[in-house]
Amino acid sequence: MFLETKRIAEAVHDAIIAASAELRHDVLAALQRAAESERFPRGRWALEQLLQNAEIAVADRVPLCQDTGSVWVWVELGEKTCLTEPLKPAIDAAVATAYREGRLRMSVVRDALFDRANTSDNTPALLDVTLRPGEGATVHVMLKGGGSDNASALKMLAPTAGLDGVREAVLDAVRATARSACPPLFVGVGVGGGFDQAAKLSKQALLRPIGQDCADPERTAFEELLLREINATGIGPAGLGGDTTALAVHVKTAPCHIASLPVAINMGCYAIRSASVCLSQ
Amino acid sequence: MTVKLPLQPDVLASLRAGQQVLLSGSVFTARDVAHARLAERLAQTPGHLPFGLAGQALLYAGPTPPSPGRPAGSIGPTTASRMDEFTPGLFAAGITAAIGKGPRSPGVRDACAKFGAVYFAAVGGAAALLGTKVVSATPVAYEDLGTEAIVRLELVDFPAVVAIDSLGGDLYASAVADWATEVGEVSS
Repeated sequence: MFLETKRIAEAVHDAIIAASAELRHDVLAALQRAAESERFPRGRWALEQLLQNAEIAVADRVPLCQDTGSVWVWVELGEKTCLTEPLKPAIDAAVATAYREGRLRMSVVRDALFDRANTSDNTPALLDVTLRPGEGATVHVMLKGGGSDNASALKMLAPTAGLDGVREAVLDAVRATARSACPPLFVGVGVGGGFDQAAKLSKQALLRPIGQDCADPERTAFEELLLREINATGIGPAGLGGDTTALAVHVKTAPCHIASLPVAINMGCYAIRSASVCLSQ
Repeated sequence: MTVKLPLQPDVLASLRAGQQVLLSGSVFTARDVAHARLAERLAQTPGHLPFGLAGQALLYAGPTPPSPGRPAGSIGPTTASRMDEFTPGLFAAGITAAIGKGPRSPGVRDACAKFGAVYFAAVGGAAALLGTKVVSATPVAYEDLGTEAIVRLELVDFPAVVAIDSLGGDLYASAVADWATEVGEVSS
């Protein structure tokens, strides 16, 4: 049960090239719906620029945004699968090649604190590997911009805070930072796990296509409530006022300690650039 | 309305928060590290802006490499608040305008009024579109910084909105109320 590592590397390379220039179909559709329903002229002015931007990026094969991000790669590896070669160097090589070929921006420094020299090839990727039942691998790739990631937040709530506490934490974060995070936002909310896992959940939540049923009426209702309340802030596209502050809110949850209610809010900009690919053996 | 850069004093004084503009003329890219270096230079030689920046406009942006057949790659505004601590000093030394995205600190608002400067906001994430508004790019300084270098760009019809005017009027402070009035909502 072997899976060639180079197939994962190729998937990462191709996902980077495609995602940097082309909006996810679900995101583009949400943006088009927003442009049709936005009532505030300045909000429409911003949304029309974003739609025009998406057309130019596809037609000219140029990046949607100058911040082509750092690369998050999440490999869900089938438990029965062996890789033929080391994974991390193969992924970093794919990232370096894709960023050079795609003429993307190199936005990674060697060390956050002690050596902020640019690595000049956008490596290393942020790599997560988890196991899932079965064979093959599912590869998720996301290019996350710095401006929206800076707007993210994490709070450790008391367990009794419940749904209301989570709702307040999300709205507080949106009010505080949404205007610099390139709204309309795609907000990922991770609840549970622990301090670190909540953050991962919040990012994973952005992978689910907008409009895809999460098969849980309670969760769907909560996501819809959060979206309504975020849009009721009037922050609007580009933070210049409007009906459309967010395109979607996705909530991903997990078990956690009896004393805890960790909440992470991952601010996705209007252009969440990601792709998920299933590789069979 | 088309606005020429660098701003002439009478034009600068007439701009008001909320006006949508098309910017044409020269701007200099500068983001985090370039700001820190310029602040260091100003500390050594107070009041003297290097690289011919006096009277000019800064664009907070780090572009992608140039696309084939174009002077520039994708280029859009980065978060302006990261430059807040440096901006009053740069306005005092003679920078007359800045272009970025997102709200600014009260200190920047005050500096716009005190020194007669303007902050324009462009739409974040519209970099493929905005890149088509760049007609030339000339490296100026700090090329060691790669995408964070100071580069002189010539713009034609670069869409933006006056976000803070030279009286200290702040669009980000009024945007939600503007929306609520227009659509008849009570903002929360």
